[in-house]
Amino acid sequence: MSDTVAITLNINGEDHRVSVEARRTLADTIREDCGKTGTHIGCEHGVCGSCTVIIDGEPMRSCLMFAVQADGRKIRTVEGLAKGDELHPLQRAFIDNHGLQCGFCTPGFLMLATAVLEKEPDIADGDLLDALSSNLCRCTGYQNIIKAVRQAAIEMRGPRK
Amino acid sequence: MKPAAFVYHAPRTLEAALALLAEVAPQDGRILAGGQSLVPAMAFRLARPTHLVDINGVAGLDRLVLDGGVLSVGALVRHAAFHKADAKFGALGALLADVVHNIAHYPIRTRGTMCGSLAHADPASEWCLTAVTLGAEMVAHSAKGARRIAAADYFQGIMQTALEPDELLAEVRLPLLPEGAKHGFYEFNRRAGDFAIGMALVTYQVKGGKIAEARVGIGGIEGAPRRIAEAEAALNGQAPGKAAFEAAGQATAAVVDPIEDAQTPAAYRRDLAATVVTRALERAAI
Repeated sequence: MSDTVAITLNINGEDHRVSVEARRTLADTIREDCGKTGTHIGCEHGVCGSCTVIIDGEPMRSCLMFAVQADGRKIRTVEGLAKGDELHPLQRAFIDNHGLQCGFCTPGFLMLATAVLEKEPDIADGDLLDALSSNLCRCTGYQNIIKAVRQAAIEMRGPRK
Repeated sequence: MKPAAFVYHAPRTLEAALALLAEVAPQDGRILAGGQSLVPAMAFRLARPTHLVDINGVAGLDRLVLDGGVLSVGALVRHAAFHKADAKFGALGALLADVVHNIAHYPIRTRGTMCGSLAHADPASEWCLTAVTLGAEMVAHSAKGARRIAAADYFQGIMQTALEPDELLAEVRLPLLPEGAKHGFYEFNRRAGDFAIGMALVTYQVKGGKIAEARVGIGGIEGAPRRIAEAEAALNGQAPGKAAFEAAGQATAAVVDPIEDAQTPAAYRRDLAATVVTRALERAAI
């Protein structure tokens, strides 16, 4: 057993004080040590995007970061999207457009799309497709995911002033 | 799929990082920057470093500045910094913005670094091809001092570079392109964002209706990216167009020494070399 390091992960505004080995990935720590199992782990080597979370405003693969590297940083996971019983516009759009079937990839897609639309509310459609090509979905064939994100993008931009 | 145990170091200054690296390099201690190639390799246990020196907290390494006729890119500048580089850095910025969208995927680009790609030196790396084609200079630091390495001397084979184990690639220096210089990039792979099976980056100028100062680089075809002098010779002095572009492609295919893998025989990559060079030239002409 190698040494552990004491760190504080701020997930959705809440501090989690945990002690982890340096080799423990952020994805495993979020799930196993902090109990936030909404973040899914698919391939564990950065290809599938299921584990995508938002760190200091940027979407990142949590399987390609060690938890010690996220000490003190602001992490957002799928559990932080809804406000109480009110779903985030992206979550509603995924339901409305049948943007999921088995749901395994959904948290990763939601966090990817949230970060991209928050950073670039007026993102060009080509850039949006480029961003959404980051994650894998084995059920939907992607078209309904793209539809959902386009719909949510319009709603998140709000009425034009 | 869990990395083997290692000792983690998080220095705050370059001096501290270099001192640590000097100490742990003989035990396969490594630098950790973006980690988008090293961490998957560790997950597969293809890499089992005993120590990682995480430079993400090192002050000053995130500098992206114009320095005379050179764009200086620090070790912590992420790929994503070039998403909109076409609005800055002139013709070089436009080239970098074109190339960056072919590097893996968005969340990889927010974390991975240009210098990290250059240090890792995967044959399919877009930035390695860019560095070679443009004639970049690598600035390597160690506890003993700093040295500059020309791109042509830096890449030595599949994941092999001129860097010593105790050296940190602290900066890459990309020469600006002259205004009006044209560039074209073309990459072939089977899935968006996957590793390139073959790719080409070209730049040239048009003087008096003829191609001048052509640079033709290929990546993913051989063990390391390189410029193809024969293709450049086939272009310089010719009018830009189908005949010259195809001649450059054929000249490339004639001289490459392609790598092979389970899916892709060498003969395929030789054909592909001609195709990617010709298509990159066609894109440059648009």
